[in-house]
Amino acid sequence: MKRDQKDTEASLALIGRRSLVLGGAQLGVAGLLGWRMRQMQVEQAEEFRFLAEENRINMRLIAPARGLVFDRNGVPLAENAQNYRIVIVREDAGDVEDALDRLRRIIFIDDTELERALKEIGRRSPFVPVTVTENRSWEDIAAVSVNAPALPGITPDVGLTRNYPLDQDFAHVIGYVGPVSDYDLSRLDDDDPLLQIPKFQIGKTGVEQKYERDLRGKAGARRIEVNAAGRVMRELGRDDGIPGADLQLTVESRLQNFTEARLALGLSAAAVVMDVRNGDLLAVGNAPSFDPNKFVRGISVSDYGELTNNIYRPLANKAVQGAYPPGSTFKMLVALAALDAGLLSSAETVYCRGYVTLGNRRFRCWKRGGHGNVNLEKSLQQSCDVYYYELAQRVGIDRIAAMARKFGIGQQFDLPMSAVTAGVMPDKGWIAERYGKEWRVGDSLNAAIGQGYVLASPLQLAVMAARLASGTSIQPRLVRSVDGVETPVVGAEPLDLNENHLRLVRNGMDAVVNSNRGTAYRSRVDLDGRTMAGKTGTSQVRSVVVSNQDVPWEERDHALFVAFAPYAAPRYAVSVIVEHGGGGSTAAAPVARDILLFALNGSLPPLDSYPSDQRGEIEDLFASLDLRRDFRPSRSGRSRA
Amino acid sequence: MSYLEHNVKRVPTGLVKILYLNWPLFLLICAVAAVGFGMLFSVAGGSLQPWAEPQMKRFALGAVLMFATAMVPIWFWRNMAGVIYGIALALLVAVEVAGSMGMGAQRWIDLGFIRLQPSELMKIALVMMLAAYYDWLDIGKVSRPFWVLLPLILIAVPTFLVLKQPDLGTAILLIAGGGIVMFLAGVSWWYFIVVLGAGVGAVSAVLSSRGTDWQLLKDYQYRRIDTFLDPASDPLGAGYHITQSKIALGSGGWTGRGFMQGTQSRLNFLPEKQTDFIFTTLAEEFGFVGGVSLLALYVGIVAFCVFSAITNRDRFGSLLTLGVGATFFLFFSVNMAMVMGLAPVVGVPLPLVSYGGSAMLVLMIAFGLAQSAHVHRPRGR
Repeated sequence: MKRDQKDTEASLALIGRRSLVLGGAQLGVAGLLGWRMRQMQVEQAEEFRFLAEENRINMRLIAPARGLVFDRNGVPLAENAQNYRIVIVREDAGDVEDALDRLRRIIFIDDTELERALKEIGRRSPFVPVTVTENRSWEDIAAVSVNAPALPGITPDVGLTRNYPLDQDFAHVIGYVGPVSDYDLSRLDDDDPLLQIPKFQIGKTGVEQKYERDLRGKAGARRIEVNAAGRVMRELGRDDGIPGADLQLTVESRLQNFTEARLALGLSAAAVVMDVRNGDLLAVGNAPSFDPNKFVRGISVSDYGELTNNIYRPLANKAVQGAYPPGSTFKMLVALAALDAGLLSSAETVYCRGYVTLGNRRFRCWKRGGHGNVNLEKSLQQSCDVYYYELAQRVGIDRIAAMARKFGIGQQFDLPMSAVTAGVMPDKGWIAERYGKEWRVGDSLNAAIGQGYVLASPLQLAVMAARLASGTSIQPRLVRSVDGVETPVVGAEPLDLNENHLRLVRNGMDAVVNSNRGTAYRSRVDLDGRTMAGKTGTSQVRSVVVSNQDVPWEERDHALFVAFAPYAAPRYAVSVIVEHGGGGSTAAAPVARDILLFALNGSLPPLDSYPSDQRGEIEDLFASLDLRRDFRPSRSGRSRA
Repeated sequence: MSYLEHNVKRVPTGLVKILYLNWPLFLLICAVAAVGFGMLFSVAGGSLQPWAEPQMKRFALGAVLMFATAMVPIWFWRNMAGVIYGIALALLVAVEVAGSMGMGAQRWIDLGFIRLQPSELMKIALVMMLAAYYDWLDIGKVSRPFWVLLPLILIAVPTFLVLKQPDLGTAILLIAGGGIVMFLAGVSWWYFIVVLGAGVGAVSAVLSSRGTDWQLLKDYQYRRIDTFLDPASDPLGAGYHITQSKIALGSGGWTGRGFMQGTQSRLNFLPEKQTDFIFTTLAEEFGFVGGVSLLALYVGIVAFCVFSAITNRDRFGSLLTLGVGATFFLFFSVNMAMVMGLAPVVGVPLPLVSYGGSAMLVLMIAFGLAQSAHVHRPRGR
């Protein structure tokens, strides 16, 4: 737009005038600010100085004692130990380097720790105590105290830190705590001031993480008087806060200890023991395990690398995180689905000649020669695959899946452990959504023998065994009470199934173990009233069948076993997986038997529980286990707070 | 005055432009930023981390952006004013929508290297938009009601969005900044008198309605007003900040306690000591002398903007430079008034000194625009 000269001049003059007005106003405001500054800082300076001297009541947070975790019998699983530290106050020490040199002549301090402390000392005000080293023994503290005159500015100090007295036994269940990190702060929507305390310990995994809010407690505060330089003069008042709530778990320490020790003989394995009446998880075992105490103190890079590079994955809680093809342990559910749909009677037989043909594909039974005529009991006893190929074609995947879900397969249980898996229970809808494919009959055949898309965790298999044994929809439970308040038992109502069908399946599981043609006959219990019923499973990791001896470890079959006992009046259900352990009957069933017997007996089972020809071998095996004897630990330098 | 009427050939081109930058202005900016680094170093207890070093990096980035902006001819920025205003408005709507869609209330957009606050961007976009508007508008129409209504809408829409966040401090800066540009452009005095009069009337109505049946604000809002008027009435609640801030500031005295010797601001009596309340640290450690020196530096920056504008014969450049200066002035005067207990705590940072990325970068770009107006100003007739 063109403007004439006169307009332009007028406009510029106007802006000029207005900007002078504005500039004048701005100068006025700036003058006002300056005047106010003068008023406060010159005229009232004395008054404010006085207020500043007075201004010395400060609040310091006190971390509450973290809640303790006990097993079902009150054995402590996670407790607070006294953490003996050595602290230095720069201005009292004078020459810091010299003081630390003298300290190192008395106790050992490694170089990285010292370096970190020196950096911290440089950063803090001279009167602030800085931790030089922590988690020291009582002897170290005593040595420093005795030499106190030679160590100006250096004093022993005590705080609380988390300790797991059973070391590795509950590493996967309880998890561990660690210092709060920036990542935690950004992830947690939590404005608890405690999280701002440097190195404050919070739950990182497992129960410690899931019950963080209950365990943490509420911050206390210390009202302290500081002088104008910020030095603490005296404590005016103290509110210790509310300690965290104690947890009681359903687990049993001795059984857990035995389970982990027994599993450890199988390289990489997991097991779950569940009370079929109330769902209590008595043991959630994993092998190999790790020592959670290392994480609390700050694990070294080499130790951590050892854990993460280990092919047996010690950090994984395979019992609840691992999803494995359940193999033949899945067959009970297929049989129930067929019975429930009215498409199978117990007397009916299927002829097994070692394979069935579907289109141009051949589905093999594990027994090349075939089982001949097979009825329901024999199908479980000898784990005939062809029988289940036939059932799968009759029943269809959707009904199998519906039955399996009743038993917990494909269900994510709400348990306070990290990354509890839902596994996979495929059906037609699932494959369409997941892969955009049609479900084929061949997929049903694979699913019927627990292969293909079906994946279940040892936890789910234990729940399945418990539900088969009890006929109820019992839910697993890990926490017995929080702060003394009992957690309710859920799902003790009967399943909506014909009791006769369940009995037929249990009968088949009995035959697996207790009839001399059963796949787990060698793992029977020879003591009346404690007989076990179960089912073996061998799930393939690769598709071509070759002997397990000829392939590397990670290509061998997984060995599985699910069981419950006593057969007559079921009390405990167990599931065992030995990763790449070979056959379920040889690698998993004996482990499950030992664990079940231990659970029933409450301690190492008597040898007369075992068939007479195996007793010598079992005695040797028990002798080789490194079991914990002392379940009320009170080590030197540690005590409950 | 539009550019087409000037002899563009006399405007410097190429890298020679660097010589024609308003160097004193840049040096003043550097001086203020340096004061900021020192204070951030001090409040961190004598450490470059966690504040001083990132702040230095951001200032370096800001300086680069300032030079880049200054090199671009001012007429390009005038033509882009509408687009930039539109983008800033769209971003404001975007954070608003993201907030209401349950993605958590947030005021910023994460660009990876920086969290951009659209409200910061809007502060400068609004000034640009209004300057371009008055550059385009016929001088005779400036005070006609319709042509007054348009800029009012341009101000009101982003103000409303910012208030919804809610960010009262930025809303006040937008209204005041926009109003100042309108005033400079020559909108009749009467409008301002009426608006100010209405404002005073509204405030007295709000205050006198308290406790009556037709009470205009919620009780807690009145309590905030109480706290502002008398911080001592609630020394451990909302009044705490102001009381502590005043104690720290006042105890500085004539020359202060000395660098890094401040006690009040360091003892964690004060929250946000690295952002909104950083001036108290300066005032405590360097006293009245230090505080007034910083004030003088600030006034100097505004003064250079005003001189540059008065000698600029391009209407857009002139208004833009004045607008940038006025926005800058509002920043520091509101912040200082706040920490001295002259204004309620509304959350306005101390420009170029407080720790914070968005505000620093947007301010540097704004100064880049003022520099561009200075470099490309019409020379002679």
